[in-house]
Amino acid sequence: MSLKSNLHNLKEKYKGTKMAPAFNALHTFLYLPNETTHNGTHIKAADDLKRTMNIVILALVPCLIFGMFNAGYQHYYALGEIETAKGFLGASFWTLDNLIIGAWTVLPLVAVSYGVGLGVEFLFAVIKGHEVEEGYLVTGMLVPLIVPVDIPLWMLATAVIFGVVIGKEVFGGTGMNILNPALTIRAFLFFAYPTWMSGDKVWVHGAVERAGTPDAISGETILGSYAQNSSIAYDYWDMFWGIIPGSVGETSKFLIIIGALILIFTKIGSWRIIVSTLVGALVMGLIFNGVVDAGWITNTSKFYGLMSVPFWQHLIIGSILFGAVYMATDPVTASQTNKGKWIYGFLIGFLSIMIRVFNPAYPEGVFLAILLMNVFAPTIDHYVIQGNVKRRMKRLKVKTA
Amino acid sequence: MALISKKDAKLITDPLADNNPITIQVLGICSALAITAELKASIVMGIAVIFVLAIGNVVISLMRNIIPSKIRIIVQLIVVASLVIVVDQVLKAFAFELSKTLSVFIGLIITNCIIMGRFEAFALGNGPWRSFLDGIGNALGYTVILIIVGFFRELLGSGTLFGFPVLGDPIEKTGVYAFGYENNGFMLMPPMALIIVGLIIWVQRSRNKALIED
Repeated sequence: MSLKSNLHNLKEKYKGTKMAPAFNALHTFLYLPNETTHNGTHIKAADDLKRTMNIVILALVPCLIFGMFNAGYQHYYALGEIETAKGFLGASFWTLDNLIIGAWTVLPLVAVSYGVGLGVEFLFAVIKGHEVEEGYLVTGMLVPLIVPVDIPLWMLATAVIFGVVIGKEVFGGTGMNILNPALTIRAFLFFAYPTWMSGDKVWVHGAVERAGTPDAISGETILGSYAQNSSIAYDYWDMFWGIIPGSVGETSKFLIIIGALILIFTKIGSWRIIVSTLVGALVMGLIFNGVVDAGWITNTSKFYGLMSVPFWQHLIIGSILFGAVYMATDPVTASQTNKGKWIYGFLIGFLSIMIRVFNPAYPEGVFLAILLMNVFAPTIDHYVIQGNVKRRMKRLKVKTA
Repeated sequence: MALISKKDAKLITDPLADNNPITIQVLGICSALAITAELKASIVMGIAVIFVLAIGNVVISLMRNIIPSKIRIIVQLIVVASLVIVVDQVLKAFAFELSKTLSVFIGLIITNCIIMGRFEAFALGNGPWRSFLDGIGNALGYTVILIIVGFFRELLGSGTLFGFPVLGDPIEKTGVYAFGYENNGFMLMPPMALIIVGLIIWVQRSRNKALIED
């Protein structure tokens, strides 16, 4: 008797009992169950929900690993113990010391995110008597990547419970949610505990504990420095490779682009949304550059720092690229129609940069812009479809007339 | 004979739970979101609404046969407005600090949907005693929700209850703050009040399935 058939027998034995959904979730996570559907015609395809989710997670793993190294690197670098890493393959970056510190701080985030989130999912499945859905697999991976390294674990746990329950379960679970759960979690953290989500202390491991002591260190993000009109200590290649302070997984633009290629190649992420988001961001950046060039604001304005950032640079600072690739393309909360995707993406990029520049209280606007457009996505789809219907009605009239 | 007959008693008890103005009729939400960041403000707001709704219901009920139905909304507005001004002036005279916290929301009791709703739905068709009880009941139902929301928002948002620090001092790091606990700033924002009201509705309807519509 193989493990597989043993599991199957177990499943048959406990069919219909309270814990069955929880067991099934674990079972199908490992194996394709021995079940066939009983009615209707079917199309066989390799990309079921679980495969889709796994590929997104695969595309996120490079960012996670890089995030660990970067967490360690930023920590030691801020302490002044190591040299600047020059370029992606810099000698002081890919060291075991960096990885150990990084894994020590980042892995607990991953564990809490998955542990608490799946716990809530299991609980709901058992109470409601439905199968556990795979929706949390990707969310659980995204969450540790979009928070600062030193966020206290209990805060993360609270936020995950909130995000999964209010962001998803109340709407009926995976596939029914209006808002992206990972971003709901980030929004909760941002509004509930703003001191842990912004400022110059939270991005480097150890900086918060040392604040106010002689060993104080700080790691201002690039957006933070721009917002204060101060000079930037990093060159563009640092920003591109990701050797900068920031949320765990969003710093390396290079690895995000690789992830984007994986998603586009496997047709899981919509290239239309990714491209249109970036176009939207560039357009808004160009408008702000135009305002600065026209001399409408001077360097006494508090917006001057961010407005004068060259438009293309907006793509390599902050998390717009991460948001565009992994968040905006979430198939549940994005627009479904192709034309709708262009509009949806464009507005995300456009609003992200607008919030980033205009509101100093929100140093990064990407998550707010995506959440806002999540809400509007069904409306966009509605009008696109109605437009289509009208056009075809007209065509029909012309033909029959 | 008891002071309140069984039928009349239902006028008070029904709105407390199964026909609650906020969670079932979904009226008066605006003020429930705006002023519930502190427990004290919630209670004062509740008392103000109890006063306005009880007296207003009686007045409208007494006048119900002489109000021409075409202008009844205007008459109702005048009654509410006079009562609200009384409340506002009393608060300004005896609790000035509190009246500053509540600011415009006392004045906005005039537009509180519960009040016009009860005038229209009950006081115009019932005698003064029953209208009085109905007013007390509905305003109490409103107050109960305000107190629940206010309790959670103040406790989790500021770590205090009635301004008294029950969770310790966040700056000196005493009490639970010594373990790394922090106040939840989101609780102080109106959206969180909406979510708490939603959670109350959720709990209430999963306990009593008969309340679920459609």
